[in-house]
Amino acid sequence: MLAKIWDQHVIARLSEDTDLLHIDRHLLHDLGGSRGLLDVKNRGMKVHSPELTFATPDHAISTAHGRAGTSKIGQELLTTLRAETSASGIQLFDIDQPGQGIVHVIGPELGLSLPGCTIVCGDSHTCTHGGLGALAFGIGSSELTHVLATQALIQRRPRTMRVRFEGKLPPGVTAKDLILALIGHVGAAGGTGHAVEYAGSAIRDMPIEGRLTICNLSIELGAKMGMVAPDEKTFEFLRGRPYAPQGKMWEQATNAWRQLPSDPDAIFDREVVVDVEKLIPQVTWGISPEHVIGVDGHIPDPRSVDDPARRTAIETALDYMGLKGGAPIAGTPVDWVFIGSCTNSRLSDLRAAAEIARGRKVASGVRAWVVPGSENVKREAVAEGLDKVFTEAGFEWREPGCSMCLAANGETVGPGQRSVSTSNRNFVGRQGPRARTHLASPASAAAAAIAGAIADVRTMGR
Amino acid sequence: MPKPFNKLTAIAAPIMRSNIDTDVIIRIERLVGNSVRGSLGKWAFGSLRYLPDGSENPAFILNREPYRQAEILVTGPNFGCGSSREGAVWSLQEMGIRAIIGSGFGDIFFANCFQNGILPIVVDKEIVDSLAADIEATQGAGRVSVDLEAQTILSPSGKHYTFEIDPRRREGLLQGLDEVALTLQRDDEIRAFQAADRTARPWIHFARKSA
Repeated sequence: MLAKIWDQHVIARLSEDTDLLHIDRHLLHDLGGSRGLLDVKNRGMKVHSPELTFATPDHAISTAHGRAGTSKIGQELLTTLRAETSASGIQLFDIDQPGQGIVHVIGPELGLSLPGCTIVCGDSHTCTHGGLGALAFGIGSSELTHVLATQALIQRRPRTMRVRFEGKLPPGVTAKDLILALIGHVGAAGGTGHAVEYAGSAIRDMPIEGRLTICNLSIELGAKMGMVAPDEKTFEFLRGRPYAPQGKMWEQATNAWRQLPSDPDAIFDREVVVDVEKLIPQVTWGISPEHVIGVDGHIPDPRSVDDPARRTAIETALDYMGLKGGAPIAGTPVDWVFIGSCTNSRLSDLRAAAEIARGRKVASGVRAWVVPGSENVKREAVAEGLDKVFTEAGFEWREPGCSMCLAANGETVGPGQRSVSTSNRNFVGRQGPRARTHLASPASAAAAAIAGAIADVRTMGR
Repeated sequence: MPKPFNKLTAIAAPIMRSNIDTDVIIRIERLVGNSVRGSLGKWAFGSLRYLPDGSENPAFILNREPYRQAEILVTGPNFGCGSSREGAVWSLQEMGIRAIIGSGFGDIFFANCFQNGILPIVVDKEIVDSLAADIEATQGAGRVSVDLEAQTILSPSGKHYTFEIDPRRREGLLQGLDEVALTLQRDDEIRAFQAADRTARPWIHFARKSA
């Protein structure tokens, strides 16, 4: 599938393994997009294909109601994004408009992200869009300028890796748990240099939003691209979305998309199979997404590790996280719960969390936020009454944006405080200086909010 | 436009922890703004370099002489994983780093290095470990030489290693090529591709009209 999409986008072959690729969709956000547009202007260039470029603010804006609390600098980025997209003829999905949201939530939701298309964005979680069968990847600032100026990008063809998730998901186990377990299995560099294709019965049975979550965490196993072959579920998901093709063009597009899946005899450089029926809900204990265990497990004990490098790595992580090796992870008290981010802020994520929260109360001393992924997700959730479920349980219901996933907008977990988060990175200081992050699924995060501690969501089911 | 890179003989600092992510290299709040470049050097590795009260952490290698003068980093596995923020490369560059030698790098970080004239070198972990041990044996005083043209590394004790690098990227660094300018020279090809593609895949190009 990688080869099929890749070959369709080659404008020029630059060397044996490097091509100039056409970029079909360039998504801009307030943090990198504003700067990139200024860079192009300052270098006396023009945006090459504004009709293939779309923008929204998400990273640096406040998620408080009325966007109160957006910093001066965040406001400045937003002002630049508005002015420069308008000057270049780029469509902007602005605050309070349907379409605004986390860039990796709105792409699929609006039908901008389509099977077989190349999508880039100045954000490493661009791999999310691969859940629809797109070739999508994150780029840095220089490459961002390159795409704005040329609508093309110089790329080396990656190696290929296929991960087959086989079996039926056990109770309490979600897409997030599958991908966290995989990262624990292959490591945070297990997919480096590869494009990963996710396959197997669990992926075929999985709704699109789950596939987006799986692909979203590709970068956390080192792969900047992750993808799932498009199928009837993909087409049903996209049909009728505002920017998806319609009428005759829809027929033409779906015919082309049906040709994309890998051939049965396709060969991958690396293959991994995960038996999902053996999995239980996952939670991270350390400072890399590979530091992950089942929620009924024990935190690794460095004293029982022989390899000195590994022992030191565990000690460093435990010291930062304020945890004791050998102790059970469940029952660890938490200060914060964050439900949101490009990983887990879609309607199905909020429904799963609300299912646990309904009729219960957030434990005293815990602050719990729900940040919907987009204006549309927010409106649909409100229409279903999910906002009420959350607020009645003591969660704060906020405006769409990236928020506390990366804390670029000043929304942080305090120093030394412990958070259970549905986001994608438990790095040192990711949610704020000296903040301690445990990654988990939306249902597990809601369970932690209610219990006031890391909890096994399977004991809180309905 | 990146500065050309050819040869470098310099102090090298081993930072051997695995999975040093780009959030650890530079915190996001340092990158929020339209003009952040030029101010980032002192914030590189902030959480390792400074104590909570803001003072320097004497235990961190880049706070010690002669490592403070390092222009080369020798790094543990998966250095630069995580976020695509190019500010990670800018901050290292602004603190004087020009080459990084490790057993593996985050894919996006690796690409960003070349865009800024920084040479990331991938060699086997055994070589990285041996190089780090060699440097530490001289308390950092022994210099490491990197020769991009010859694709060689010389350790402080005189051990010679060769490394592989994508020939295109090698050429780009040696000459300090501006990729955007080069690609713009192919604009006719880009526009010809788009013209043909508008017929083949109209749904890509007319998305806004159908909305």
